[in-house]
Amino acid sequence: MAESIKIATRESFGQALCELAKEHDDIVVLDADLAAATKTEIFKKAYPERFFDCGIAEGNMIGVAAGLAAAGKVPFAASFAMFATGRAYEQVRNSVGYPHLNVKIAGSHAGISVGEDGATHQCCEDIALMRTIPGMVILNPADHYEMIEAVKAAYAYNGPVYIRLGRLAIDSFNDPDNYSFEIGKGITLEEGNDVTVIATGLVVYEALKAVRELKEKGINARLINMHTIKPIDKDIIIKAAKETGKIITVEEHNIIGGLGEAVAAVTAENYPVPVYRIGVEDTFGHSGPAVGLLAEFGLDKDGIEKKIVELIKK
Amino acid sequence: MNKSELLELKKTACKVRLWTVEGVFNAKSGHPGGSLSAADIMTYLYFKEMNVDPKNPEDPKRDRFVLSKGHCCPALYAALALKGFFPTEEIKSLRHIGAMLQGHPDMKNTPGVDMSSGSLGQGISAACGMALSAKLSGDSYRVYAMLGDGECEEGQVWEAAMFASHYKLDNLVAIVDYNGLQIDGSVEDVAGLDKLNEKFTAFGFEVYEIDGHDFEQIEDALGKAKTIKDKPVAIIAKTVKGKGVSYMENQVGWHGKAPNAEQYKTAMDELNAQLKALEA
Repeated sequence: MAESIKIATRESFGQALCELAKEHDDIVVLDADLAAATKTEIFKKAYPERFFDCGIAEGNMIGVAAGLAAAGKVPFAASFAMFATGRAYEQVRNSVGYPHLNVKIAGSHAGISVGEDGATHQCCEDIALMRTIPGMVILNPADHYEMIEAVKAAYAYNGPVYIRLGRLAIDSFNDPDNYSFEIGKGITLEEGNDVTVIATGLVVYEALKAVRELKEKGINARLINMHTIKPIDKDIIIKAAKETGKIITVEEHNIIGGLGEAVAAVTAENYPVPVYRIGVEDTFGHSGPAVGLLAEFGLDKDGIEKKIVELIKK
Repeated sequence: MNKSELLELKKTACKVRLWTVEGVFNAKSGHPGGSLSAADIMTYLYFKEMNVDPKNPEDPKRDRFVLSKGHCCPALYAALALKGFFPTEEIKSLRHIGAMLQGHPDMKNTPGVDMSSGSLGQGISAACGMALSAKLSGDSYRVYAMLGDGECEEGQVWEAAMFASHYKLDNLVAIVDYNGLQIDGSVEDVAGLDKLNEKFTAFGFEVYEIDGHDFEQIEDALGKAKTIKDKPVAIIAKTVKGKGVSYMENQVGWHGKAPNAEQYKTAMDELNAQLKALEA
Protein backbone atom coordinates (compact mmCIF):
# COMPACT_ATOMS: atom_id res chain seq x y z
CA MET A 1 0.00 0.00 0.00
CA ALA A 2 1.21 3.45 -0.91
CA GLU A 3 2.07 5.80 1.90
CA SER A 4 -0.74 7.91 3.31
CA ILE A 5 -0.44 11.52 2.30
CA LYS A 6 -2.08 14.51 3.89
CA ILE A 7 -3.56 16.80 1.28
CA ALA A 8 -6.80 18.72 0.72
CA THR A 9 -9.03 17.29 -1.99
CA ARG A 10 -9.05 20.70 -3.71
CA GLU A 11 -5.30 20.28 -4.21
CA SER A 12 -5.83 16.76 -5.55
CA PHE A 13 -8.43 18.20 -7.91
CA GLY A 14 -5.99 20.75 -9.32
CA GLN A 15 -3.38 18.05 -9.83
CA ALA A 16 -5.91 15.74 -11.48
CA LEU A 17 -6.91 18.44 -13.97
CA CYS A 18 -3.27 18.86 -15.02
CA GLU A 19 -2.83 15.13 -15.48
CA LEU A 20 -5.98 14.86 -17.59
CA ALA A 21 -5.13 17.90 -19.68
CA LYS A 22 -1.91 16.25 -20.87
CA GLU A 23 -3.95 13.81 -22.90
CA HIS A 24 -7.12 15.78 -23.58
CA ASP A 25 -6.92 19.12 -25.29
CA ASP A 26 -10.67 19.70 -25.03
CA ILE A 27 -10.41 20.40 -21.30
CA VAL A 28 -10.93 24.07 -20.43
CA VAL A 29 -10.87 25.39 -16.86
CA LEU A 30 -12.84 28.36 -15.57
CA ASP A 31 -12.66 30.01 -12.19
CA ALA A 32 -14.27 33.01 -10.53
CA ASP A 33 -11.34 34.75 -8.87
CA LEU A 34 -10.65 31.85 -6.53
CA ALA A 35 -8.01 29.94 -8.48
CA ALA A 36 -5.60 30.14 -5.56
CA ALA A 37 -8.21 28.63 -3.26
CA THR A 38 -9.88 26.07 -5.53
CA LYS A 39 -6.39 25.07 -6.75
CA THR A 40 -7.24 25.53 -10.39
CA GLU A 41 -4.12 27.72 -10.26
CA ILE A 42 -2.16 24.50 -10.65
CA PHE A 43 -3.82 24.05 -14.03
CA LYS A 44 -3.52 27.75 -14.79
CA LYS A 45 0.26 27.59 -14.43
CA ALA A 46 0.57 24.51 -16.61
CA TYR A 47 -2.00 25.45 -19.26
CA PRO A 48 -2.52 29.23 -19.20
CA GLU A 49 -4.02 29.19 -22.71
CA ARG A 50 -6.84 26.94 -21.53
CA PHE A 51 -7.57 28.72 -18.27
CA PHE A 52 -10.08 31.58 -18.09
CA ASP A 53 -10.73 33.64 -15.03
CA CYS A 54 -14.30 34.89 -15.14
CA GLY A 55 -13.85 37.31 -12.26
CA ILE A 56 -16.30 37.43 -9.39
CA ALA A 57 -19.27 36.53 -11.57
CA GLU A 58 -20.28 32.94 -10.95
CA GLY A 59 -23.56 33.06 -12.86
CA ASN A 60 -21.78 34.13 -16.02
CA MET A 61 -19.04 31.55 -15.43
CA ILE A 62 -21.59 28.73 -15.46
CA GLY A 63 -23.18 30.14 -18.61
CA VAL A 64 -19.81 30.43 -20.34
CA ALA A 65 -19.13 26.81 -19.36
CA ALA A 66 -22.46 25.83 -20.91
CA GLY A 67 -21.55 27.58 -24.15
CA LEU A 68 -18.11 25.96 -24.24
CA ALA A 69 -19.72 22.56 -23.73
CA ALA A 70 -22.33 23.25 -26.41
CA ALA A 71 -19.44 23.95 -28.77
CA GLY A 72 -17.64 20.71 -27.90
CA LYS A 73 -15.24 21.59 -25.10
CA VAL A 74 -15.19 19.91 -21.68
CA PRO A 75 -15.20 22.78 -19.21
CA PHE A 76 -14.45 22.42 -15.50
CA ALA A 77 -15.86 25.46 -13.69
CA ALA A 78 -14.66 25.96 -10.14
CA SER A 79 -15.62 28.22 -7.28
CA PHE A 80 -16.56 27.80 -3.65
CA ALA A 81 -19.42 25.33 -3.25
CA MET A 82 -21.55 28.16 -1.86
CA PHE A 83 -21.28 30.22 -5.03
CA ALA A 84 -21.01 27.50 -7.67
CA THR A 85 -24.19 25.78 -6.48
CA GLY A 86 -25.89 28.51 -4.46
CA ARG A 87 -25.31 31.82 -6.19
CA ALA A 88 -25.35 30.15 -9.59
CA TYR A 89 -28.01 27.55 -8.84
CA GLU A 90 -30.38 28.73 -11.50
CA GLN A 91 -27.67 28.98 -14.15
CA VAL A 92 -26.65 25.42 -13.30
CA ARG A 93 -30.27 24.29 -13.54
CA ASN A 94 -31.27 26.07 -16.72
CA SER A 95 -28.07 26.48 -18.74
CA VAL A 96 -26.39 23.20 -17.78
CA GLY A 97 -28.90 20.78 -16.30
CA TYR A 98 -31.85 21.30 -18.63
CA PRO A 99 -29.82 20.90 -21.85
CA HIS A 100 -27.75 18.18 -20.09
CA LEU A 101 -24.52 19.81 -21.20
CA ASN A 102 -21.12 18.29 -20.55
CA VAL A 103 -20.10 20.75 -17.83
CA LYS A 104 -18.16 19.76 -14.72
CA ILE A 105 -18.76 22.00 -11.73
CA ALA A 106 -16.30 21.92 -8.86
CA GLY A 107 -17.41 23.30 -5.50
CA SER A 108 -14.54 23.85 -3.13
CA HIS A 109 -14.61 24.86 0.54
CA ALA A 110 -17.66 22.70 1.11
CA GLY A 111 -18.97 22.02 4.60
CA ILE A 112 -18.04 23.49 7.97
CA SER A 113 -14.39 22.50 7.58
CA VAL A 114 -13.93 25.78 5.70
CA GLY A 115 -13.13 26.94 9.22
CA GLU A 116 -12.42 30.54 10.13
CA ASP A 117 -14.33 32.17 7.25
CA GLY A 118 -17.53 31.18 9.01
CA ALA A 119 -21.12 30.50 8.06
CA THR A 120 -21.39 32.61 4.89
CA HIS A 121 -18.76 30.44 3.23
CA GLN A 122 -19.47 27.08 4.89
CA CYS A 123 -21.80 25.54 2.35
CA CYS A 124 -23.80 22.66 3.82
CA GLU A 125 -26.51 22.82 1.18
CA ASP A 126 -24.68 22.15 -2.08
CA ILE A 127 -25.52 18.45 -2.28
CA ALA A 128 -29.18 19.18 -1.58
CA LEU A 129 -29.30 21.82 -4.31
CA MET A 130 -27.53 19.71 -6.92
CA ARG A 131 -29.63 16.62 -6.11
CA THR A 132 -32.76 18.41 -7.29
CA ILE A 133 -31.43 18.95 -10.80
CA PRO A 134 -32.45 16.12 -13.16
CA GLY A 135 -29.48 14.27 -14.62
CA MET A 136 -26.87 15.85 -12.37
CA VAL A 137 -24.17 13.45 -11.15
CA ILE A 138 -22.81 14.29 -7.69
CA LEU A 139 -19.38 13.12 -6.61
CA ASN A 140 -17.95 13.64 -3.12
CA PRO A 141 -14.49 12.03 -2.98
CA ALA A 142 -13.05 11.15 0.42
CA ASP A 143 -9.30 11.43 -0.11
CA HIS A 144 -6.55 12.30 -2.54
CA TYR A 145 -6.55 9.07 -4.50
CA GLU A 146 -10.31 8.98 -4.79
CA MET A 147 -10.37 12.57 -6.05
CA ILE A 148 -7.83 11.79 -8.76
CA GLU A 149 -9.98 8.92 -10.01
CA ALA A 150 -13.24 10.87 -9.61
CA VAL A 151 -11.98 13.70 -11.83
CA LYS A 152 -11.01 11.16 -14.51
CA ALA A 153 -14.43 9.53 -14.26
CA ALA A 154 -16.16 12.91 -14.44
CA TYR A 155 -14.27 13.71 -17.63
CA ALA A 156 -15.08 10.33 -19.16
CA TYR A 157 -18.79 10.73 -18.39
CA ASN A 158 -20.73 12.78 -20.94
CA GLY A 159 -23.06 15.03 -18.96
CA PRO A 160 -23.18 17.45 -16.04
CA VAL A 161 -21.24 16.51 -12.91
CA TYR A 162 -20.86 18.28 -9.59
CA ILE A 163 -17.65 17.49 -7.67
CA ARG A 164 -17.35 18.50 -4.03
CA LEU A 165 -13.92 19.63 -2.85
CA GLY A 166 -12.67 20.25 0.67
CA ARG A 167 -10.38 22.95 2.00
CA LEU A 168 -8.91 21.00 4.90
CA ALA A 169 -5.87 18.78 4.37
CA ILE A 170 -6.84 15.22 5.22
CA ASP A 171 -5.03 11.89 5.40
CA SER A 172 -5.47 9.55 2.50
CA PHE A 173 -6.64 6.04 3.33
CA ASN A 174 -7.31 4.45 -0.06
CA ASP A 175 -4.63 2.30 -1.63
CA PRO A 176 -4.08 3.59 -5.16
CA ASP A 177 -2.69 0.23 -6.27
CA ASN A 178 -5.86 -1.50 -5.23
CA TYR A 179 -8.56 1.04 -5.92
CA SER A 180 -11.08 1.58 -8.65
CA PHE A 181 -13.69 4.29 -8.97
CA GLU A 182 -16.97 3.80 -10.71
CA ILE A 183 -19.64 6.51 -10.73
CA GLY A 184 -22.65 5.27 -8.76
CA LYS A 185 -20.90 2.37 -7.03
CA GLY A 186 -20.31 2.66 -3.29
CA ILE A 187 -17.27 1.00 -1.76
CA THR A 188 -17.43 -1.27 1.28
CA LEU A 189 -14.47 -0.35 3.46
CA GLU A 190 -15.29 -2.59 6.44
CA GLU A 191 -17.49 -5.64 6.59
CA GLY A 192 -19.89 -6.14 9.51
CA ASN A 193 -23.46 -7.06 10.28
CA ASP A 194 -24.46 -5.19 13.47
CA VAL A 195 -25.18 -1.92 11.69
CA THR A 196 -24.17 -0.18 8.46
CA VAL A 197 -22.47 3.18 8.49
CA ILE A 198 -22.61 5.01 5.16
CA ALA A 199 -20.33 8.02 4.95
CA THR A 200 -19.35 10.45 2.21
CA GLY A 201 -16.54 12.87 1.54
CA LEU A 202 -14.20 14.31 4.11
CA VAL A 203 -15.78 12.42 7.03
CA VAL A 204 -15.29 8.94 5.54
CA TYR A 205 -11.88 8.56 7.11
CA GLU A 206 -13.23 9.77 10.46
CA ALA A 207 -15.99 7.18 10.21
CA LEU A 208 -13.45 4.53 9.22
CA LYS A 209 -11.37 5.23 12.34
CA ALA A 210 -14.52 5.16 14.46
CA VAL A 211 -15.73 1.88 12.99
CA ARG A 212 -12.32 0.25 13.49
CA GLU A 213 -12.26 1.28 17.13
CA LEU A 214 -15.78 -0.03 17.63
CA LYS A 215 -14.74 -3.39 16.22
CA GLU A 216 -12.27 -3.69 19.08
CA LYS A 217 -15.14 -2.93 21.45
CA GLY A 218 -17.28 -5.67 19.98
CA ILE A 219 -19.50 -3.61 17.70
CA ASN A 220 -19.23 -5.02 14.22
CA ALA A 221 -20.24 -2.20 11.90
CA ARG A 222 -20.17 -2.29 8.12
CA LEU A 223 -18.77 0.87 6.54
CA ILE A 224 -19.61 2.06 3.06
CA ASN A 225 -17.87 4.95 1.34
CA MET A 226 -20.60 6.55 -0.77
CA HIS A 227 -18.50 8.75 -3.05
CA THR A 228 -21.40 9.20 -5.49
CA ILE A 229 -24.50 10.80 -4.01
CA LYS A 230 -26.33 10.77 -7.33
CA PRO A 231 -27.00 8.36 -8.86
CA ILE A 232 -27.03 6.66 -5.47
CA ASP A 233 -25.95 3.02 -5.24
CA LYS A 234 -29.32 1.42 -4.44
CA ASP A 235 -28.04 -2.14 -4.46
CA ILE A 236 -25.43 -1.62 -1.80
CA ILE A 237 -27.96 0.20 0.40
CA ILE A 238 -30.71 -2.42 0.06
CA LYS A 239 -28.20 -5.19 0.73
CA ALA A 240 -27.00 -3.36 3.84
CA ALA A 241 -30.58 -2.82 5.02
CA LYS A 242 -31.36 -6.51 4.61
CA GLU A 243 -28.19 -7.77 6.23
CA THR A 244 -27.71 -5.28 9.06
CA GLY A 245 -31.22 -3.96 9.72
CA LYS A 246 -30.08 -0.47 10.64
CA ILE A 247 -28.23 2.32 8.80
CA ILE A 248 -26.39 5.37 10.06
CA THR A 249 -25.29 8.01 7.55
CA VAL A 250 -22.45 10.46 8.10
CA GLU A 251 -21.94 13.64 6.08
CA GLU A 252 -20.49 17.10 6.41
CA HIS A 253 -23.69 18.62 5.08
CA ASN A 254 -27.11 19.58 6.34
CA ILE A 255 -28.97 16.41 7.29
CA ILE A 256 -31.77 17.87 5.16
CA GLY A 257 -31.30 17.07 1.49
CA GLY A 258 -28.00 15.24 1.67
CA LEU A 259 -26.69 11.69 1.76
CA GLY A 260 -28.90 10.68 4.69
CA GLU A 261 -32.11 11.54 2.90
CA ALA A 262 -30.91 9.92 -0.31
CA VAL A 263 -30.23 6.70 1.58
CA ALA A 264 -33.50 6.92 3.53
CA ALA A 265 -35.45 7.29 0.29
CA VAL A 266 -33.93 4.07 -1.02
CA THR A 267 -34.68 2.07 2.14
CA ALA A 268 -38.18 3.55 2.56
CA GLU A 269 -39.17 2.48 -0.93
CA ASN A 270 -37.39 -0.86 -1.03
CA TYR A 271 -36.67 -2.31 2.39
CA PRO A 272 -37.66 -0.06 5.29
CA VAL A 273 -35.21 -0.07 8.18
CA PRO A 274 -34.30 2.72 10.62
CA VAL A 275 -31.95 5.27 9.06
CA TYR A 276 -30.23 7.76 11.36
CA ARG A 277 -28.50 10.82 9.97
CA ILE A 278 -25.30 12.22 11.43
CA GLY A 279 -24.46 15.58 9.90
CA VAL A 280 -25.01 19.29 10.32
CA GLU A 281 -28.33 19.41 12.06
CA ASP A 282 -30.17 22.10 10.12
CA THR A 283 -28.06 24.90 11.46
CA PHE A 284 -25.42 27.31 10.18
CA GLY A 285 -21.77 26.90 11.01
CA HIS A 286 -19.55 29.56 12.52
CA SER A 287 -15.92 30.67 12.64
CA GLY A 288 -13.19 28.58 14.17
CA PRO A 289 -10.41 26.18 13.25
CA ALA A 290 -11.70 23.41 10.96
CA VAL A 291 -10.60 20.53 13.17
CA GLY A 292 -12.23 22.13 16.21
CA LEU A 293 -15.45 22.70 14.28
CA LEU A 294 -15.61 19.10 13.11
CA ALA A 295 -15.27 18.00 16.75
CA GLU A 296 -17.90 20.50 17.88
CA PHE A 297 -20.35 19.27 15.25
CA GLY A 298 -19.66 15.65 16.16
CA LEU A 299 -18.13 14.88 12.80
CA ASP A 300 -14.70 13.73 13.93
CA LYS A 301 -13.79 10.16 14.87
CA ASP A 302 -14.82 10.55 18.52
CA GLY A 303 -18.09 12.27 17.73
CA ILE A 304 -19.08 9.72 15.11
CA GLU A 305 -18.13 6.81 17.38
CA LYS A 306 -20.16 8.22 20.27
CA LYS A 307 -23.17 8.73 18.04
CA ILE A 308 -22.97 5.22 16.59
CA VAL A 309 -22.92 3.72 20.07
CA GLU A 310 -25.97 5.84 21.00
CA LEU A 311 -27.92 5.06 17.84
CA ILE A 312 -27.21 1.35 17.83
CA LYS A 313 -29.09 1.08 21.13
CA LYS A 314 -32.22 2.77 19.74
CA MET B 1 -28.13 43.99 -51.22
CA ASN B 2 -30.04 44.43 -54.42
CA LYS B 3 -33.74 45.17 -54.73
CA SER B 4 -34.82 41.61 -55.37
CA GLU B 5 -32.88 40.36 -52.33
CA LEU B 6 -34.48 43.04 -50.21
CA LEU B 7 -37.91 42.09 -51.51
CA GLU B 8 -37.28 38.42 -50.76
CA LEU B 9 -36.22 39.24 -47.20
CA LYS B 10 -39.35 41.32 -46.70
CA LYS B 11 -41.51 38.46 -47.94
CA THR B 12 -39.72 35.94 -45.75
CA ALA B 13 -40.09 38.20 -42.72
CA CYS B 14 -43.78 38.43 -43.48
CA LYS B 15 -43.99 34.64 -43.53
CA VAL B 16 -42.06 34.47 -40.26
CA ARG B 17 -44.70 36.76 -38.78
CA LEU B 18 -47.55 34.68 -40.21
CA TRP B 19 -46.13 31.51 -38.67
CA THR B 20 -45.42 33.32 -35.42
CA VAL B 21 -49.08 34.28 -35.10
CA GLU B 22 -50.11 30.79 -36.20
CA GLY B 23 -47.98 29.23 -33.48
CA VAL B 24 -49.08 31.49 -30.66
CA PHE B 25 -52.75 31.20 -31.69
CA ASN B 26 -52.62 27.39 -31.74
CA ALA B 27 -50.72 27.32 -28.46
CA LYS B 28 -53.34 29.63 -26.90
CA SER B 29 -50.42 31.26 -25.11
CA GLY B 30 -46.97 32.62 -25.78
CA HIS B 31 -45.23 35.87 -26.59
CA PRO B 32 -46.26 37.50 -29.87
CA GLY B 33 -45.14 41.09 -29.17
CA GLY B 34 -41.40 40.51 -28.82
CA SER B 35 -41.45 37.79 -31.47
CA LEU B 36 -42.86 40.19 -34.03
CA SER B 37 -40.41 42.94 -33.06
CA ALA B 38 -37.50 40.53 -33.56
CA ALA B 39 -38.79 38.92 -36.75
CA ASP B 40 -36.88 41.07 -39.25
CA ILE B 41 -33.54 40.62 -37.51
CA MET B 42 -34.03 36.87 -37.21
CA THR B 43 -35.04 36.70 -40.85
CA TYR B 44 -31.90 38.52 -41.89
CA LEU B 45 -29.70 36.31 -39.71
CA TYR B 46 -31.10 33.01 -40.99
CA PHE B 47 -31.67 33.96 -44.61
CA LYS B 48 -28.73 36.24 -45.34
CA GLU B 49 -26.14 36.38 -42.61
CA MET B 50 -25.46 33.08 -40.95
CA ASN B 51 -23.64 30.09 -42.33
CA VAL B 52 -26.08 27.35 -41.32
CA ASP B 53 -27.28 24.25 -43.12
CA PRO B 54 -30.65 22.72 -42.22
CA LYS B 55 -29.34 19.38 -43.48
CA ASN B 56 -26.44 19.52 -41.05
CA PRO B 57 -27.73 21.38 -38.01
CA GLU B 58 -24.91 20.13 -35.75
CA ASP B 59 -22.08 21.19 -38.07
CA PRO B 60 -19.27 22.20 -35.67
CA LYS B 61 -18.20 24.99 -38.04
CA ARG B 62 -21.64 26.62 -38.30
CA ASP B 63 -22.44 30.10 -37.08
CA ARG B 64 -24.45 30.07 -33.84
CA PHE B 65 -27.54 31.96 -32.76
CA VAL B 66 -28.55 32.19 -29.13
CA LEU B 67 -31.99 33.61 -28.44
CA SER B 68 -31.21 34.98 -25.00
CA LYS B 69 -34.74 36.43 -24.93
CA GLY B 70 -35.97 32.86 -25.23
CA HIS B 71 -39.65 33.64 -24.84
CA CYS B 72 -39.63 35.04 -28.36
CA CYS B 73 -39.06 31.57 -29.79
CA PRO B 74 -42.24 31.61 -31.91
CA ALA B 75 -40.34 33.81 -34.38
CA LEU B 76 -37.22 31.63 -34.10
CA TYR B 77 -39.24 28.49 -34.77
CA ALA B 78 -40.86 30.16 -37.75
CA ALA B 79 -37.48 31.19 -39.18
CA LEU B 80 -36.00 27.72 -38.58
CA ALA B 81 -38.99 25.97 -40.15
CA LEU B 82 -39.01 28.26 -43.19
CA LYS B 83 -35.26 27.69 -43.53
CA GLY B 84 -35.96 23.96 -43.61
CA PHE B 85 -34.80 22.70 -40.22
CA PHE B 86 -38.20 21.07 -39.63
CA PRO B 87 -41.66 21.16 -41.22
CA THR B 88 -43.74 24.31 -40.66
CA GLU B 89 -46.58 22.02 -39.52
CA GLU B 90 -44.67 21.52 -36.23
CA ILE B 91 -45.48 25.14 -35.40
CA LYS B 92 -49.16 24.30 -35.02
CA SER B 93 -48.38 22.11 -32.02
CA LEU B 94 -46.18 24.70 -30.31
CA ARG B 95 -46.48 24.34 -26.51
CA HIS B 96 -48.72 21.28 -26.79
CA ILE B 97 -48.12 18.14 -24.73
CA GLY B 98 -45.61 15.94 -26.52
CA ALA B 99 -44.69 18.65 -29.01
CA MET B 100 -41.15 19.19 -30.23
CA LEU B 101 -41.51 22.94 -29.95
CA GLN B 102 -41.37 23.95 -26.29
CA GLY B 103 -42.53 27.19 -24.73
CA HIS B 104 -38.88 28.23 -24.58
CA PRO B 105 -36.06 26.98 -26.84
CA ASP B 106 -34.86 23.43 -26.19
CA MET B 107 -31.60 22.60 -27.94
CA LYS B 108 -31.94 18.91 -27.14
CA ASN B 109 -35.07 18.36 -29.19
CA THR B 110 -35.31 21.11 -31.77
CA PRO B 111 -33.01 20.99 -34.81
CA GLY B 112 -31.36 24.37 -35.36
CA VAL B 113 -31.70 25.59 -31.78
CA ASP B 114 -28.12 26.18 -30.65
CA MET B 115 -28.81 26.82 -26.98
CA SER B 116 -31.65 26.19 -24.57
CA SER B 117 -32.72 29.53 -23.16
CA GLY B 118 -35.57 31.35 -21.56
CA SER B 119 -34.29 32.37 -18.17
CA LEU B 120 -33.29 35.91 -19.01
CA GLY B 121 -29.65 36.94 -18.92
CA GLN B 122 -28.29 33.45 -19.43
CA GLY B 123 -28.11 33.16 -23.21
CA ILE B 124 -25.52 35.89 -23.61
CA SER B 125 -23.16 33.99 -21.27
CA ALA B 126 -23.55 30.79 -23.27
CA ALA B 127 -22.89 32.80 -26.44
CA CYS B 128 -19.66 34.03 -24.84
CA GLY B 129 -18.68 30.41 -24.17
CA MET B 130 -19.34 29.46 -27.79
CA ALA B 131 -17.35 32.44 -29.07
CA LEU B 132 -14.50 31.55 -26.71
CA SER B 133 -14.57 27.96 -27.93
CA ALA B 134 -14.20 29.17 -31.53
CA LYS B 135 -11.17 31.23 -30.53
CA LEU B 136 -9.62 28.25 -28.75
CA SER B 137 -10.13 25.96 -31.72
CA GLY B 138 -9.16 28.52 -34.33
CA ASP B 139 -12.60 28.26 -35.93
CA SER B 140 -13.95 31.16 -37.92
CA TYR B 141 -17.61 30.81 -37.01
CA ARG B 142 -19.44 33.74 -35.47
CA VAL B 143 -21.91 33.84 -32.60
CA TYR B 144 -25.02 36.00 -32.52
CA ALA B 145 -26.98 36.55 -29.33
CA MET B 146 -30.30 38.33 -29.29
CA LEU B 147 -31.34 40.03 -26.08
CA GLY B 148 -34.45 41.86 -25.03
CA ASP B 149 -34.18 45.41 -23.80
CA GLY B 150 -35.90 44.46 -20.56
CA GLU B 151 -33.50 41.54 -20.32
CA CYS B 152 -30.65 44.02 -19.99
CA GLU B 153 -31.92 44.66 -16.45
CA GLU B 154 -30.43 41.27 -15.51
CA GLY B 155 -27.03 41.61 -13.86
CA GLN B 156 -25.73 38.55 -15.69
CA VAL B 157 -25.92 40.44 -19.00
CA TRP B 158 -23.27 42.79 -17.69
CA GLU B 159 -21.16 40.01 -16.20
CA ALA B 160 -21.17 38.50 -19.67
CA ALA B 161 -20.45 41.87 -21.27
CA MET B 162 -17.36 42.29 -19.10
CA PHE B 163 -16.24 38.79 -20.00
CA ALA B 164 -16.77 39.32 -23.72
CA SER B 165 -14.68 42.46 -23.86
CA HIS B 166 -12.02 41.16 -21.44
CA TYR B 167 -11.43 38.17 -23.68
CA LYS B 168 -11.73 40.25 -26.87
CA LEU B 169 -14.55 38.17 -28.33
CA ASP B 170 -14.74 39.94 -31.69
CA ASN B 171 -16.63 36.94 -33.08
CA LEU B 172 -19.58 37.77 -30.83
CA VAL B 173 -22.43 40.10 -31.78
CA ALA B 174 -25.04 40.96 -29.16
CA ILE B 175 -28.23 42.31 -30.71
CA VAL B 176 -30.66 44.09 -28.43
CA ASP B 177 -34.26 44.05 -29.62
CA TYR B 178 -35.09 47.47 -28.22
CA ASN B 179 -38.89 47.52 -28.48
CA GLY B 180 -39.26 49.62 -25.35
CA LEU B 181 -41.83 47.47 -23.58
CA GLN B 182 -41.70 44.75 -20.94
CA ILE B 183 -44.37 42.93 -18.97
CA ASP B 184 -44.98 45.58 -16.34
CA GLY B 185 -44.94 48.51 -18.72
CA SER B 186 -42.46 50.57 -20.66
CA VAL B 187 -38.81 49.76 -20.02
CA GLU B 188 -38.27 53.38 -19.17
CA ASP B 189 -40.94 53.27 -16.45
CA VAL B 190 -40.05 49.85 -15.03
CA ALA B 191 -36.31 50.13 -14.57
CA GLY B 192 -34.86 52.62 -17.03
CA LEU B 193 -32.21 51.55 -19.51
CA ASP B 194 -31.43 55.03 -20.59
CA LYS B 195 -28.21 55.41 -22.59
CA LEU B 196 -27.94 51.69 -23.28
CA ASN B 197 -25.48 52.52 -26.03
CA GLU B 198 -23.18 54.25 -23.57
CA LYS B 199 -23.49 51.33 -21.19
CA PHE B 200 -22.32 48.86 -23.82
CA THR B 201 -19.60 51.26 -24.94
CA ALA B 202 -18.39 51.57 -21.36
CA PHE B 203 -18.30 47.78 -21.14
CA GLY B 204 -15.93 47.66 -24.08
CA PHE B 205 -18.27 47.00 -27.00
CA GLU B 206 -18.34 48.58 -30.42
CA VAL B 207 -21.94 49.80 -30.57
CA TYR B 208 -24.23 50.41 -33.53
CA GLU B 209 -27.73 51.79 -33.25
CA ILE B 210 -30.10 50.89 -36.03
CA ASP B 211 -33.73 50.57 -37.03
CA GLY B 212 -34.34 46.88 -36.43
CA HIS B 213 -36.95 46.74 -39.19
CA ASP B 214 -34.71 48.19 -41.90
CA PHE B 215 -32.87 45.36 -43.66
CA GLU B 216 -30.30 47.69 -45.16
CA GLN B 217 -29.40 49.03 -41.74
CA ILE B 218 -29.27 45.48 -40.33
CA GLU B 219 -26.96 44.45 -43.16
CA ASP B 220 -24.79 47.48 -42.73
CA ALA B 221 -24.34 46.95 -38.98
CA LEU B 222 -23.65 43.22 -39.26
CA GLY B 223 -21.21 43.91 -42.08
CA LYS B 224 -19.33 46.50 -40.05
CA ALA B 225 -19.32 44.11 -37.08
CA LYS B 226 -17.14 41.73 -39.09
CA THR B 227 -14.46 44.36 -39.48
CA ILE B 228 -14.15 45.01 -35.74
CA LYS B 229 -11.11 43.40 -34.16
CA ASP B 230 -10.39 42.60 -30.53
CA LYS B 231 -13.72 43.63 -29.12
CA PRO B 232 -17.31 42.43 -29.20
CA VAL B 233 -20.08 44.27 -31.00
CA ALA B 234 -23.47 45.32 -29.70
CA ILE B 235 -26.24 46.29 -32.09
CA ILE B 236 -29.05 48.20 -30.46
CA ALA B 237 -31.98 47.69 -32.77
CA LYS B 238 -34.89 50.03 -32.25
CA THR B 239 -38.02 48.06 -32.98
CA VAL B 240 -41.78 48.14 -32.63
CA LYS B 241 -43.27 45.56 -30.31
CA GLY B 242 -45.95 43.61 -32.15
CA LYS B 243 -44.65 44.91 -35.53
CA GLY B 244 -46.86 43.95 -38.47
CA VAL B 245 -50.11 43.38 -36.60
CA SER B 246 -51.78 46.75 -36.21
CA TYR B 247 -53.60 46.17 -32.93
CA MET B 248 -50.50 44.66 -31.28
CA GLU B 249 -48.06 47.39 -32.24
CA ASN B 250 -46.59 49.20 -29.23
CA GLN B 251 -49.15 47.58 -26.94
CA VAL B 252 -47.65 46.21 -23.74
CA GLY B 253 -50.64 43.91 -23.34
CA TRP B 254 -49.41 41.81 -26.26
CA HIS B 255 -46.19 40.83 -24.56
CA GLY B 256 -47.42 37.44 -23.46
CA LYS B 257 -50.94 36.83 -24.71
CA ALA B 258 -52.40 34.79 -27.55
CA PRO B 259 -54.98 36.28 -29.92
CA ASN B 260 -58.51 34.89 -29.81
CA ALA B 261 -60.11 33.51 -33.00
CA GLU B 262 -61.30 36.89 -34.19
CA GLN B 263 -58.03 38.62 -33.39
CA TYR B 264 -56.17 35.77 -35.07
CA LYS B 265 -58.17 36.26 -38.26
CA THR B 266 -57.50 40.00 -38.22
CA ALA B 267 -53.78 39.44 -37.72
CA MET B 268 -53.55 36.82 -40.47
CA ASP B 269 -55.58 38.99 -42.85
CA GLU B 270 -53.29 41.94 -42.23
CA LEU B 271 -50.11 39.92 -42.66
CA ASN B 272 -51.42 38.14 -45.73
CA ALA B 273 -52.32 41.50 -47.24
CA GLN B 274 -48.76 42.71 -46.56
CA LEU B 275 -47.37 39.58 -48.20
CA LYS B 276 -49.68 39.94 -51.18
CA ALA B 277 -48.59 43.54 -51.62
CA LEU B 278 -44.95 42.45 -51.63
CA GLU B 279 -45.66 39.69 -54.13
CA ALA B 280 -47.56 41.99 -56.46
